[in-house]
Amino acid sequence: MLLQQIINGIVVGSVYSLTAMGVTLIYSILRVLDIACAGAYALGAYVGLFSYVATGNLVLSFLIGMIAMGIWGILVQKFLYLPLLGKAPLISLITSIGLFIFLGDFIRLWAGPLIRDFPADLKLPFSGIKTENLTIMGVWILVLLTTAILLLILWYLITKTKIGLAWRATAQDLETAKAMGINVNVVVAFNFFLGYSFAAAAGIMIGIMYNYIFPTMGDVPAYKMLAIIVLGGLGNPLGAVTAAMLIGLIETLVGGYIGFFLPRDSIAFIVVIIMLLIKPQGLFVRKNI
Amino acid sequence: MYEIVIAINVGIFALLALSVNIITGYIGQPTLGHAAFFGIGAYASAILTGKYGVPFLLSLPLSGVIAGFIGALLGLASLRVRDDFLAITTIGTNFVVIAIFQYIPFFGASLGLAVPPAYIFGMKITYLGYLFLIISLIVLTVLFLRKLERSWFGLAMGGIRNNEVAAESIGVDIKKYKVIAFVLGTTIAGIAGCVYAHYMTFISSVDFAFVTSITILSMAMVGGSGTIRGPIIGAIILGLAPEVLRFIMNYRMLIYGALLVFTMRFQPEGLLGERSFLWTNITKLFKKIRSKKEMESGIEDGNS
Repeated sequence: MLLQQIINGIVVGSVYSLTAMGVTLIYSILRVLDIACAGAYALGAYVGLFSYVATGNLVLSFLIGMIAMGIWGILVQKFLYLPLLGKAPLISLITSIGLFIFLGDFIRLWAGPLIRDFPADLKLPFSGIKTENLTIMGVWILVLLTTAILLLILWYLITKTKIGLAWRATAQDLETAKAMGINVNVVVAFNFFLGYSFAAAAGIMIGIMYNYIFPTMGDVPAYKMLAIIVLGGLGNPLGAVTAAMLIGLIETLVGGYIGFFLPRDSIAFIVVIIMLLIKPQGLFVRKNI
Repeated sequence: MYEIVIAINVGIFALLALSVNIITGYIGQPTLGHAAFFGIGAYASAILTGKYGVPFLLSLPLSGVIAGFIGALLGLASLRVRDDFLAITTIGTNFVVIAIFQYIPFFGASLGLAVPPAYIFGMKITYLGYLFLIISLIVLTVLFLRKLERSWFGLAMGGIRNNEVAAESIGVDIKKYKVIAFVLGTTIAGIAGCVYAHYMTFISSVDFAFVTSITILSMAMVGGSGTIRGPIIGAIILGLAPEVLRFIMNYRMLIYGALLVFTMRFQPEGLLGERSFLWTNITKLFKKIRSKKEMESGIEDGNS
């Protein structure tokens, strides 16, 4: 039973970590809390569904969803966030909330307000494990594997490549990086591409896992991922993954055992408020990466 | 009748936008959970009048005091938690407060609470009465804010907004002013909540969700934060928008979101903020008229 809860928590946490990764990456470069990233999560799921219906190929539609949202991210940063750089942070926050409202309604008008089936016909090379008191569904393994692969790609890009070096320099200090001849615009665009495509990946995976998607599916992640990235120390990718796993585990364990008197979705914020009052910099303080 | 109902709604939100403006506009602390205090005021008054029989005239200031007291706690938290962390803490506060209203039977849980009608001196307040009440509350708040802006306290708040470290270094007691600003803002929100509860006669936790916080803050920001005219104009524009846009009902939220994005993108100071396009031109126009008048009167003086 405990093992089952822990596994559930890890699966939930891994999806959280992908969703939160988008916001974390964006925050680490621009210091903008981008709630509209959750719009890419929902929109990405829809793009994924529609291209899956059209092509019938899950991997292909996964990639189409990610790339489409990545391009959307580049447009968003170019026309919205870059011009607002240097203004009060609250202004870009309100902008992103406005964009999020806009996207949510756009999806409703475009794809209809009802819940849609995500008829993913999975032919997995491996099957799930099912014993008397432990169930691991095949889909969960797929989710864990995909998350692991995407996070590894991210880790490789950031630590081993040239653009990753530029990314790290920009994350430390945008102005100085610019002065050192780094093409900051490319780095920011690359950053948004990654962030938004990760959010789209998370949205599509949720669709595959639960077999349905709906226009307001981004609402809960939009705010929960804020809690997660704060717990992870704002703009620290490794911290965000750890925090996401932690929140996933706490949610399933507290929900499963103690039967908390408040709704499950408020647990993340309670954890964060308590943590912030004790340790205001977040659990994982951002050192110079 | 329909017009009065809309006017009361806009009035309540104007009061809320003015109150959030004290915290975000004057002293520059991000707060995205203002609806929580709106709700605390509403629930406080509903319980005081409904369960303990407190008269409305007493529960109106009391609900402000209760909201302000909890606001003081958030103000104290804001001393430890800053900037973006504070923004997220306030979002969290909103979610937790709503969850408490929604899950604890004392607060009516998911059924909500019925609020008894309000009486002043034995007379039941009509819709017109509520309109009068909310307008007088707004006028009082505006008078108070005008006084505040010109006081030493207002100057200190501007200093903290512009540069906290610099303000502290010249001896501004940051902690005191931050907590006071939070108390003022949340108290006014609590009073607005009390009026809202009695006017609606029924409240549930949904009314005070995070979306409401965003609406309130957007009104202040779209109108022009840090000014008195801004939040009021913002509340009128965004409050009337759903009514005016009724003929394109289906696209309302789409337009609302786009309005927010475009205002922030092209007029980050707000429509009527300092240095905004509209306000600069309006003041220029007034200056022109005034100088023209002066010139004319000058010419007359020369002739005589």
